[in-house]
Amino acid sequence: MAHTSGISLKVNGDVRNLDVDNRTTLLDALREHLHLTGTKKGCDHGQCGACTVIVDGRRINSCLSLAVMHEGDEVTTIEGLGQPGNLHPMQAAFVKHDGFQCGYCTPGQICSSVAVLEEIRANIPSHVTGDLTAQAVMSETEIRERMSGNICRCGAYSNIVEAIVEVAGAKA
Amino acid sequence: MKAFSYERPSTVEAAAASAATNPDAKFIAGGTNLLDLMKLEIERPTHLIDVNGLGLDKIEKTPDGGLRIGALVRNTDLAADETVRHDHGLLSRALLAGASGQLRNKATTAGNLLQRTRCPYFYDTAQPCNKRQPGSGCSALGGFSRQHAVVGISEACIATHPSDMAIAMRALDAVVETVKPDGSRHAVPIADFHLLPGDTPHVETALEQGEFITAVVLPAPVGGRHIYRKVRDRASYAFALVSVGAVIQPDGTGRVAVGGVAHKPWRMDAADAELSRGAKAAAGVLLADARPTEQNKFKVDLVERTLGAVIAEARG
Repeated sequence: MAHTSGISLKVNGDVRNLDVDNRTTLLDALREHLHLTGTKKGCDHGQCGACTVIVDGRRINSCLSLAVMHEGDEVTTIEGLGQPGNLHPMQAAFVKHDGFQCGYCTPGQICSSVAVLEEIRANIPSHVTGDLTAQAVMSETEIRERMSGNICRCGAYSNIVEAIVEVAGAKA
Repeated sequence: MKAFSYERPSTVEAAAASAATNPDAKFIAGGTNLLDLMKLEIERPTHLIDVNGLGLDKIEKTPDGGLRIGALVRNTDLAADETVRHDHGLLSRALLAGASGQLRNKATTAGNLLQRTRCPYFYDTAQPCNKRQPGSGCSALGGFSRQHAVVGISEACIATHPSDMAIAMRALDAVVETVKPDGSRHAVPIADFHLLPGDTPHVETALEQGEFITAVVLPAPVGGRHIYRKVRDRASYAFALVSVGAVIQPDGTGRVAVGGVAHKPWRMDAADAELSRGAKAAAGVLLADARPTEQNKFKVDLVERTLGAVIAEARG
């Protein structure tokens, strides 16, 4: 049987057709095939969160997912959230609060945090949610726990949290 | 990663039949554990059967008041389900204590049960490991064993099953529903699903080649206080050193399963029977046969103390 596949997926609003080796991760398809290099490869084992993208509205580690398994899916990367001169509110808040140093984890942090706020609004509970039967609360404690899958080796966490809290408050 | 062919069958029977014809084929759902292991060439399937399109992503009430959880229900959706949160809170709590938000969005109910029982030496392909390469020896026994199992172990393997979800499933007496390649349907109690290492640590579940999980069924709600307490080196996103999943009734009776201590979720009827007498009595039964290493003997005390905290919380 074939070791390659033709796939079609919608990336940042555009339909993209690709022929890929079945081994190609979604991360490598984005970076090496589509040259969307905003999404970063950190550990490549699902532990650091640098590769986080939003697929059909949900954040995932693109390094732990095969491109061939995303036929027809809608993928949003950091390039799809905003561009220079037209920043997503979360991108602007990261700049305002200095939520990074080297910046390598930042695209993953921003994709993850945009999805985190949606998860709280959708009443998805977390490990720190007090009452499982109550509506999930938009709080700093909730945001910290939910962002634990995104590692920042520079240790910009407190500023990252400030940025996310501001966006959460502005929209709440 | 080794090259592989890929298919997306449209029925459960076709998926099981395809797997039965190729011993080197693997089902893939969320893929968060399998792909990680394929990158390291610890898993080397020649064919992947993508089961995401089989419609097994629903949570339904059963006639006796329980829940049938489709094999492909994502960990996020299971933890957020209103009925699970209200009636089987232990399961929500355990799921939310595991992995990261990104991983829970991909990981499935069946895949969570089928993640490999593992330890750092299993991942280190430069070291012997009976689970990765049967007969090569166990590096953990004489190595760094702080994270490892203390009970139900063998001379061949002291790895732990890392799932938090499985601890809740064990405490709640879940049943795993499967289809075999011949089309026959089976129901495996969670107690019998995961195996102890013995001298075949590479065999981790009771599933046959090609046998496919369709659902996990929870019995009717058991009431009581549902508490999952996980003790780990970081506050979030780390495997358990020890975890305790318990349901405690107002009269102090209940049920308890423990994670981080064995090759499978660890629960004993005799320990449940001691639960109303306190943590020391119940933990004493659970770990009566413990054979810890110098580096992980702290887990024996930690189970008792964690269980004590759970019982105190239930009373509080």
